[in-house]
Amino acid sequence: MAQEDSNVIDQPEVIRHKMVTVEIAGKKYDVPEGITIIKALWYSGQEVVRGAGCLGGFCGACAAYYRTKDDPKVRTCLACQMAVQDGMSITMMPPFPARKATYDIQALKDPKQDLFNLYPEAPLCRNCNACTEACPQKIDVREGVWKAVFGDFKSVSEMFMDCVMCGMCTPVCIADIAPNLVALYVSRAQGAHFTEKPAGLDTRIKEIQDGRFTDEWAKILKMTEKELADHCATVK
Amino acid sequence: MDIHALQQIVHQTRDARRKQTLPKLSPADRDQLIHKYHPDFRASAFRPIRFGPNVGDKTAIELATLLEGDSSIADGFDLTPHYTTDVLVVGGGGAGCAAALHAHGAGAKVMLATKLRLGDSNSVMAQGGMQISVAPEDSPVTHFVDTLKGGHMQNDHQLLKVMVEEGPSIAKWLLSLGVLFDRDGDGNLHVKKGGGSSKPRLLTCSDYTGLEIMRVLKDEVLNQKIQLLEFCAAVELTSDEKGHCTGAIFKDLDNQRHVVVAAKSVILATGGIGRLHIQGFPTSNHYGATGDGLCLSYRLGAKLMHVDTFQYHPSGAVYPEQLIGALVTEGIRSEGGHLVNAKGERFVNELDTRDVVSASIIRECEEGRGIRTMSGRIGVWLDTPLLDAASGPGTMEKHFPAMMLQFERFGIDISKDPVLIYPTLHYQNGGVKIDTNSETDVKNLFVAGEASGGLHGRNRLMGNSLLDLMVFGKRSGLTAAARAAAMPQGKLTVEHLKGFRAEAKKHGNASGVVSPMVLPAYTRKES
Repeated sequence: MAQEDSNVIDQPEVIRHKMVTVEIAGKKYDVPEGITIIKALWYSGQEVVRGAGCLGGFCGACAAYYRTKDDPKVRTCLACQMAVQDGMSITMMPPFPARKATYDIQALKDPKQDLFNLYPEAPLCRNCNACTEACPQKIDVREGVWKAVFGDFKSVSEMFMDCVMCGMCTPVCIADIAPNLVALYVSRAQGAHFTEKPAGLDTRIKEIQDGRFTDEWAKILKMTEKELADHCATVK
Repeated sequence: MDIHALQQIVHQTRDARRKQTLPKLSPADRDQLIHKYHPDFRASAFRPIRFGPNVGDKTAIELATLLEGDSSIADGFDLTPHYTTDVLVVGGGGAGCAAALHAHGAGAKVMLATKLRLGDSNSVMAQGGMQISVAPEDSPVTHFVDTLKGGHMQNDHQLLKVMVEEGPSIAKWLLSLGVLFDRDGDGNLHVKKGGGSSKPRLLTCSDYTGLEIMRVLKDEVLNQKIQLLEFCAAVELTSDEKGHCTGAIFKDLDNQRHVVVAAKSVILATGGIGRLHIQGFPTSNHYGATGDGLCLSYRLGAKLMHVDTFQYHPSGAVYPEQLIGALVTEGIRSEGGHLVNAKGERFVNELDTRDVVSASIIRECEEGRGIRTMSGRIGVWLDTPLLDAASGPGTMEKHFPAMMLQFERFGIDISKDPVLIYPTLHYQNGGVKIDTNSETDVKNLFVAGEASGGLHGRNRLMGNSLLDLMVFGKRSGLTAAARAAAMPQGKLTVEHLKGFRAEAKKHGNASGVVSPMVLPAYTRKES
């Protein structure tokens, strides 16, 4: 149909069918240009167990380092979200043995002070900014660490809502801070201790406990299939 | 044609479309549309299961093959346990974490095993939100009715009543753990309206609801020092002489060794089936969504239900190539984003249920009103720039940062350019039949979350999955923990495989397929 032909998107990566050479963990492979790094791993015959998770850019399992041709700068990415290009060198990030503090979030007495007991390294940030540069989610990580230390938990929780816990901010830290773990603690403390309790929620829970909906349930649950369908149709 | 040239019609027709109101379809029209265009009604894609508890029931061919598949465990396998626990949770997503935390909180010894990392799941990707009736004008009964309508009246009433009634207390639990739900000015939980719902009921954490909940639950599992078994895939369950479940056999994916775990109860929270790519559809699901729990339960004799119905999320990305199948959140349609065909026309009420919207997109494409990509894909436009046009510049960025970033990585600014979408395989509506404590037909075998069936009927309503995970994760965890104290550990055998293999032989099943699949075979073999 002529109409269909006029509704076709040109896609350079499909038209050209171009192969590119990439280096995966030091070995060269030819793979189709424009596929994601994870797909390039599969294409080059590798079994992937560690290093793939949600495949949607949310879980942080596929943290990877890459460098583009002739550029000395090694960058970070999520391998399921990054397209390969010719001359790219890639390696997956191994699991990093960062220390996670353990805590009982509800029992904390003074969460802003407790931060220094749980993560005593947090205030030792030397401002190198490597964490911010390493973040594939473009979070200003360094700023977040300082805000955490200065007790601005609310800002930290907002800044780190995008954090996928890939942990790429951690190996680069010269002060041995795990910024993502610090931010997670801070965000949880913000939620559990410094956020207003929603009154409406307690009201609803009490209504359910007090049986406010009991009569309505009784009516609904004894309806015949037909009556129930008719009732459902009235709810818009 | 250049993608920008094709998009012009969306920009040109925006103002006119904004004046339109499209009615939701009548029940009769819905049925007609779905029967004609929804993938669930493509008869050639289904076949009856040949044997087992659901003999004769139809399901997708891909799933039927796995359900009838053989176990990798041979007769005479050494079943000396490496670990012994009260409650064994299989799966590290939302339902698994909730089950483990509640069982642990109730005093049971808990082990959580997952074939990937703790938290690698579909749960982490849930963007749309979580339905809980907290608004004054809303009620659990209305939530029940909306869900029933969405599920084509096929939902299990008892399961559904439990879920909607426990919703508010789940919200309280998550808040106490530090989950940061969006708020109104007065401190109350902000609620958004979701597709198929009559009242605003979606609790959200911007478009990172699943991620935020999972960050917190994972952290809590670690804080509680619950024993973990990561990168270990469940390949078989064990049973005692009565056929009750007594543990599981895992394969450690790092060293290929088997790990046997004896448990008084097993909770399967293994999630969905997107990676089976039913009917060749792309999927929004995570790497491990291969329906393992269905195969394991089925071999042990648990009945499945509604396994002939799958949810195709209306808006999977079609362009660029790298994002194929990835989800474009329903939230965009909740906030007024239009679906637009190649002629610049709207063709469905965007907030109708997912099956209706998906079927209507497929209709547009099959009738020649879709937009095609060079790689042979087809789709319709989702008018994302409409949100900034309607609610002011910066709306997209503020409400959908995850979406913005995902496309920005490929040089696309979705606040300025519409997105090309087509339905993507998203959710398994059915699954293993459970009771209100999440227990299956097999004693001491629980199934929670997407792997279970009945609750959502034949079409899950947006936002009900996160709640399902939390409610039935909790109930399975509490029930299993309560039972543990008073019961001895049953014997570990794989006797159930004898009967299963005899049946397979009788029905001439020699497909050679071994299940569960564990991970999809994406690795390219030598060419």
